[in-house]
This record gives sequence, structure tokens and C-alpha cells, in this order.
Amino acid sequence: MVLAWLPVASAHPHRGRHWSSRSQICVIVNTALTLWSTEGSTVKTTAIEEVVNSRMTRTLTEIDSQEESSGHSLLLQSCRCSSQEFCPADIISTVEFNYSGDLLATGDKGGRVVIFQREQENKGRTHSRGEYNVYSTFQSHEPEFDYLKSLEIEEKINKIRWLPQQNAAHFLLSTNDKTIKLWKISERDKRAEGYNLKDEDGRLRDPFRITALRVPILKPMDLMVEASPRRIFANAHTYHINSISVNSDHETYLSADDLRINLWHLEITDRSFNIVDIKPANMEELTEVITAAEFHPHQCNVLVYSSSKGTIRLCDMRSSALCDRHAKFFEEPEDPSSRSFFSEIISSISDVKFSHSGRYMMTRDYLSVKVWDLNMEGRPVETHQVHEYLRSKLCSLYENDCIFDKFECCWNGSDSAIMTGSYNNFFRMFDRNTRRDVTLEASRENSKPRACLKPRKVCTGGKRKKDEISVDSLDFNKKILHTAWHPMESIIAVAATNNLYIFQDKIN
Amino acid sequence: MFARGLKRKYGDQEEGVEGFGTVPSYSLQRQSLLDMSLVKLQLCHMLVEPNLCRSVLIANTVRQIQEEMSRDGVWHGMAPQNVERAPIDRLVSTEILCRTARAADEEHPTPELEDGPLQSSASELPIVSPAQGQRSPPSSLWELDNPQENRGSFQKSLDQIFETLENKSPSSVEELFSDVDSSYYDLDTVLTGMMGGTKPSLCSGLESFAAAAPPPSSTCKSDLAELDHVVEILVET
Repeated sequence: MVLAWLPVASAHPHRGRHWSSRSQICVIVNTALTLWSTEGSTVKTTAIEEVVNSRMTRTLTEIDSQEESSGHSLLLQSCRCSSQEFCPADIISTVEFNYSGDLLATGDKGGRVVIFQREQENKGRTHSRGEYNVYSTFQSHEPEFDYLKSLEIEEKINKIRWLPQQNAAHFLLSTNDKTIKLWKISERDKRAEGYNLKDEDGRLRDPFRITALRVPILKPMDLMVEASPRRIFANAHTYHINSISVNSDHETYLSADDLRINLWHLEITDRSFNIVDIKPANMEELTEVITAAEFHPHQCNVLVYSSSKGTIRLCDMRSSALCDRHAKFFEEPEDPSSRSFFSEIISSISDVKFSHSGRYMMTRDYLSVKVWDLNMEGRPVETHQVHEYLRSKLCSLYENDCIFDKFECCWNGSDSAIMTGSYNNFFRMFDRNTRRDVTLEASRENSKPRACLKPRKVCTGGKRKKDEISVDSLDFNKKILHTAWHPMESIIAVAATNNLYIFQDKIN
Repeated sequence: MFARGLKRKYGDQEEGVEGFGTVPSYSLQRQSLLDMSLVKLQLCHMLVEPNLCRSVLIANTVRQIQEEMSRDGVWHGMAPQNVERAPIDRLVSTEILCRTARAADEEHPTPELEDGPLQSSASELPIVSPAQGQRSPPSSLWELDNPQENRGSFQKSLDQIFETLENKSPSSVEELFSDVDSSYYDLDTVLTGMMGGTKPSLCSGLESFAAAAPPPSSTCKSDLAELDHVVEILVET
């Protein structure tokens, strides 16, 4: 297992500001923005009122920067966030690498998606592996109001899932509580010049003025990344969507809410098939909800879904149209010696992920991560304690609602290691082969470039050693719920509230 | 039997007087957890649809407590006259036991406890005189305890609820929900089911968890106003 992790040079704090390396900025605007530019020692401001109503990506023309030192130093600041340390809308709610690992997408509470792209490796500098820079930013979902129920629908992005790349463009699915959208992200680096019917400004030319015909020529232009919604899959979920998963057939995907799972075809937006429905006839009898669902990575007929009671059901879509009867049922028998009023709550599974091989799956409950062999339903093959020291704090955690936090988990590319988050900006990694585990911290102070992350330790009782943190000093507002691992390399992305940290292994 | 870190010495329980200190505490703590859970179910932000998973988990916890209370025979407010020691298979909430049993700790060296609750400081720990805790029925213990305990841990507004709950039996929860205005009836249907369906569901024909449009004023109520409303209902019963 990689034990030494380095922060990648361009980790991106403060999503309200975007440092661009291309002199072009994709901006998300729904309030007035102030554009600052530094030219030499003076700071010039330009208000961009005219883009206030734009919901799509806009490219701003490059602002000349005379001073070499200022370079491409364009700083954008959203006015509405200026009074706070960070904007609540900036809280990252999902992180996902694409299939090649070159793109990293994040979604936030404000409905925005920010995509980072890995810089091409510079052959000359073998020490640097390639940093992740902002590639595209767009507003995926807007807040909505459900008039029938008089309730707001949050624009928070719950999940992003990439589609496998089939052409030059990239596609991803992003979802909030109710609506899933398919976004196409494409690059444009050429533009046509020399139109006949309109001149360079776009104004129509007077037909009488046209005396000759010419063929428009494609001229190179500065790279522009556009995101456009290609499909909107709406009105299929009564309850809040918690998962989406693209099938291995690359044509269908599932979306799961608290009580139902629907199957969609990527091309068809006005129809979806309900494949799992656990809603009881009488809602008063409701005791269990679906918490996560995923398709098998290789078998397109197999899916799993986890529940709030700590069970996982594997369904085979070939058996029947409505997969209410599971093919396999995974549940670990409860340990009677540790039963408490909170046993059920902490057994609720917050995330389920298949291994890349498809042979195992991993579940995350409140205190532990379990690895299951798909062929053994009776108990997991591995159990890793994430923060067992919290077991005695369950009542307080129930009181402040932290016990309901939904942590995610992820595999590395070779399935030899797993990672999940904890509190105090800690995250944990477990090596399945060596049985070693490590606790690391994602924080500004610890992210000096070229400095390895130091393992952290939580002191559970007795004398606190130097560098240890006692359980009572943990900051429960700093929670790492979302982490992602590059599909092939030792690069990880960790979302700590509103900051995204990217670490890579140390090159010896 | 108990979660890691919590020790109990049976010797203390077998002794006559000191053993009583822990048993009423357990009922007390269980009641406190029940009340906290009910408050959690009530105080959801009605502007956004409440999290169904969270509501279901809390409701299941409430049901669990109520089932245990029925088994104990305290469900209908009958405080046991002779306080027995808790059977071994009782569900134990270690943190609850830690918190109020810490007071008992002053008299008895046991049970050993983990670190105190996260949010309360040491100065706010309940100070229960053991003499009070021993012989009196749970209800009066609750009254005596209440001003001191929980104040640091719970928000100030919750104290209003606890003070008026006093020796309220869990069955008052039914009446609690019978008068709740329509914006809460989605919770109503979950909980009435648990209480044996003694009253017909308000929305028997509707999707229970899809709340109908509440009156406009309710969305503008502050949390405090909602609590006042709840308190009024409790006081009436």
C-alpha cells in the first residue's frame, strides 16, 4: 500500500475562486460577479452585470496582463459569499473520477459541477506527475419549488457518475433529489471564419452586398470547454434520489430513491422502469429504506441495494421484471453483547460499492467498513473499524445528528486498498493484503507541497501521547464524507467540506 | 453485555441501597432518549422535505424504546413501586448511562465511564443526591433532576418540553400527535402505526409521506413557535 501521500501542487481551496491556467474562465453566474484582474500593481475591477442571467458556461475574453509576474492571475469572487468564511453552497457533495482518471468531477450543494483535468505529463519533469486544473464549471441543477407539496427541492448534487468515453466529448450523469441530467462536456478549439451570410460580428450581411462566395475556413481559437444538458430525466421519483449507477452495457442506468429503484435508458427520458419497490401498502408500516444501489461492474443484469437496517440485497433482473425478491441477501448477525438503542442506526449502510473485479462488494456503516464476498451471504469476509472510539459517544452523536452522517467508501484500482472518511478532516485507508491501516488528515496546514502526509492517531483513553488527538477534541463539523480513488494510479481526491484535496503517492 | 468501556459491578447492585441508584436512572435515561427522539421527529425543517431515512431510523428507535417500556410495564405511566434491578438483557445506551450515571458515580465508584458527552462541560453534569435517587419513584426523581441535568446538553428551547413532560407517561405521545396541525401529519402516520393505530390516520387515502400543502403560516413559524405549540399540547394533556 502507498504509505506516503503528497499533496498535488494544485489542490483547490475555495471553490468560490477559480484560478485559471488558460486565461479563460468558465464562470457560474447567478448573482452579480466581480471580476478582478491584476495588472502590475494595480487592481482593476470590472463588473459583469450582463452575464447575471446566464445559466450556461461563458467564456470571458482574455484580459491582457502586462506583468509577467501576475501571469494569468484572474480572480473571481462571488459577492454573496464575501461575508462568510466559505459559502455553504460550496460544500462539496460528491466526487468522482472518470474511467481514465484524467477527469475529476465534483458536485456541490449549490448545484454546480466543477470538472478538473489532469495536465498532460511533462516529459522533461519526471518528478511531477501531472496536476489537476479546472477544466469546466457549470450549473447543473437549480433550486426548484414543488408547488403540490409546498416544499423546496434542493439543488444539491447528490451523485455524479461518468459514462465511458465513446468519442471526443465526455458525458456524465448528475442528480439532485429529484432529477437526473445527462451532461455533455465538449471542447472547441476551432471556429469558422468567413461566413457568407453574416459578418464577423454575427450581424447579417445585406444580401445585395454579397458579390462573391467563399468557403468558411476553420481557424484555431483558444480552447473553450462547453457543457450542455443532453437529457433530463425527471418526474420518476417521489422520494429523494440517493444513488445512480451506470450499467456495464453503457446503455442503461439505475436511479434509486428511499423506496424505489428505477431503470432508465440513456436515450429515453419519458419512460423508466421500476425494478425495485419496497414501499409498504400502508406507510405506517415503513421501517426500512433503501440507502444505496449499484450495478455490477461486469454483469449487466445484477445490481445490489443496501438498506437502513444494515442488509444488502442482490437482484438479478433476469428473474423478473420487478426485482422485489432478491437473489441474495447479505446480513451479518448482530452481536448481542453490543446491542444498544443505537444499534440499528449505526448498522444503517450509507454506501455500497462493488470492487473493480466484481467479486467483492464493500459496505460502509457508521463505525466500520465491511468487505463481502458475493458468494457468501452470511457474513462479511473483512471488517475494518473506522472510528470505533465513537461507540461510547453514540448518544451525543445522536443528539447532534452526526450519527446520521452518510460516509462513502471507495476501492483503489487493484482492489487491494479501501478508503473512507471520518471526522476532524480525517480519512482512513486500509490495505487488504498487509492488514495495515492509516489515518490521514486533509487540511490546509498539512498540505504543504512536497511534504508527505503524516499519519494521525486518535487517543482513546489514558495518557495522550504527543501528536495524538483525544476523542473529545475531534471537530465533528469537519467531516469527510466523499472520497475518490483514481481508477488506475495512486491518486486520491478527498472532499473536506468546501475544499478538495488531491494527493498522490510519493515517487521515490 | 455492555459495550466496551463500561463496567458494572454486580456487587453494588446486590447491595440494598446503592443498587437502586442505577435502576431508576436507566428508566430516566430511556425516557430522556425517547423524548429526544420525539423532539427530533417534530423539529424537522418543513421548508425542505424531511429526510425519510433519518425519520425512519428515529421512529424505529422510538418504537424500540416503547416496546421495551411496555415489557417493563411502565408504558402506561405506572411507576414500579419496588424498583428492581435491570435484567441483563436490557438494551443499554452506553452514553446515556454514562451521562447521568456519572452523578451516581459520586456516591459509588462504579460504573466506570468513558469520557463525558461531547457537548456538555464538566460543570454542567447533573448532581443528583443519591438519597433522592434511591427510594423515590422515577417520576419525582425526574422532576428533581430535570433543572440540573440536560440543560447544558440540550438547547434551551428543549428544556421547555422536558419540564412540562415531568411524569408524563409515554402514552401521552398519542395525544401529542392527535392535535398536531396538518403540517405534521406525515410524521403522524408513522407514529400512530407504532402505537397500535388507536386513531385513524389522517391521510388514510393519501401517500403518507407526501405532506399536503401546509397552511402558509406554518412555513413561516419559527422553531420556537413550533415548540410553544407542542408545549401547549402537552400541558393540555
